[in-house]
Amino acid sequence: MPMFTPGADPGSSFPELLKRVGLGASIEVSGAVAAELSVPHATTCVALRYADGVVMAGDRRATSGNLISHRGMEKVVQADEYSGVAIAGAAGPAMEMVKLFQLQLEHYEKVEGTHLSLEGKANQLSMMVRGNLPAAMQGMVVIPIFAGYDLLRSVGRLFTYDVTGGRYEEHDYVATGSGSLHAGTVIKIGWRDALDRAAAVALACRGLWEAADADSATGGVDALRGIYPVVATITTDGWQRLDDSELATVFESIVTEVRSR
Amino acid sequence: MNMPFYVAPEQVMKDRADYARKGIARGRAAVAVRYADGIVLVAENPSNTLRKISEIYDRIAFAGVGKYNEFDQLRVAGVRAADLKGFQYSRDDVDARSLANNYAQILGQIFTHEMKPLEVEILVAEVGVASAGDQMFHILYDGTVIDERTYTVLGGDAEAIGGRMKESYAEGQALATVVQAATKALSGTDRVLAATDLEVAVLSRLNGRRCFRRLTDEFVAEALTG
Repeated sequence: MPMFTPGADPGSSFPELLKRVGLGASIEVSGAVAAELSVPHATTCVALRYADGVVMAGDRRATSGNLISHRGMEKVVQADEYSGVAIAGAAGPAMEMVKLFQLQLEHYEKVEGTHLSLEGKANQLSMMVRGNLPAAMQGMVVIPIFAGYDLLRSVGRLFTYDVTGGRYEEHDYVATGSGSLHAGTVIKIGWRDALDRAAAVALACRGLWEAADADSATGGVDALRGIYPVVATITTDGWQRLDDSELATVFESIVTEVRSR
Repeated sequence: MNMPFYVAPEQVMKDRADYARKGIARGRAAVAVRYADGIVLVAENPSNTLRKISEIYDRIAFAGVGKYNEFDQLRVAGVRAADLKGFQYSRDDVDARSLANNYAQILGQIFTHEMKPLEVEILVAEVGVASAGDQMFHILYDGTVIDERTYTVLGGDAEAIGGRMKESYAEGQALATVVQAATKALSGTDRVLAATDLEVAVLSRLNGRRCFRRLTDEFVAEALTG
């Protein structure tokens, strides 16, 4: 059981604790090796604000070069009760980062006996992205979106990051990954202040639809296998993932609309 | 030549045990009881911020009585050990028994080797997927581990409180009934404890992944009047 003297105590930080006990692994890859590595990449994710909070959505495809390496990957994941992360980039380090981030939020909550503020969570993620910089320099780039409901301010908030851990708060919407240009444009045009839930979900799905239509690395709705994007809302009621039957209806109406053009 | 005074080891151990017991008896007690959906933990604690009961992991809770700084240090060590183990292996591999053994090692080591024993009694409780899997480990200041099946009492006056608990305990009771019984056991006949004097939490099988929930004063007040 890890016990520390007062001066060496890692406090409520889980990554720091990992370092103290010798488990703080960072991925070190030499440049030459990284160029030959073809690791799976995760692609398009979007998030936007609406009347009650935020909607997050992400497709399910992971690609290695021009091959589809995974059809059912979940890139939009719950971070804690009131926040979620969406990731684009090298799938392995991204998943590891998300796992560590989820653990850190829970660890903090248990050690301190209280939640981190949304701002605090966003900063934590920023530090983790920065920690990944050496790997990012060698091609293992991880770019997350962080979204959540700020209980102190009673508002949904969105954060985007750059590869150095730079943290930028977005007011209306954010898109990341290979299809972000298409998805972002659709949402940019369709976004209105204080959309209702149905409209916000439909807009996020439409963004993913157009991204999948134009970007080969973004997966669309896979009706054959019954794979739908991951879509979730975060409001005062916390994280709620939409079930596939609801998404099926949303995408059916998109199909109907596109056909009628 | 100076000769150190000879003190029999029996005497040393007895003195330390007396010292620890006295420290623990000064504080208020806590009880943990099994009920239909898991385990409920009730502590007499007028403070709303310095907790005696807390979450360790998905299905595991911690309760401590005695000296606050000492059991809180143990609590944090438990959270760290559990989170590390879950990170290294899997969430399913974190269990109360190994945590309890770790705690027992630390308490035993300090009891025999340090100047001063820890003045604490702690409980590690784990709620099973089915009620047969519920576990409670009561660990004493000297590292003694007691495995309890039904209910357990930590702290001073444990015998009297345990006696009262024994009268009211039955398998598979409802939450409100158990909270009421535990409160009566803690208060005895000549006192009345209100919801604000208590800290109550449950490990419930119905709570999803993280089974630990604190019960609000309103809920406890209703249970006590009902």
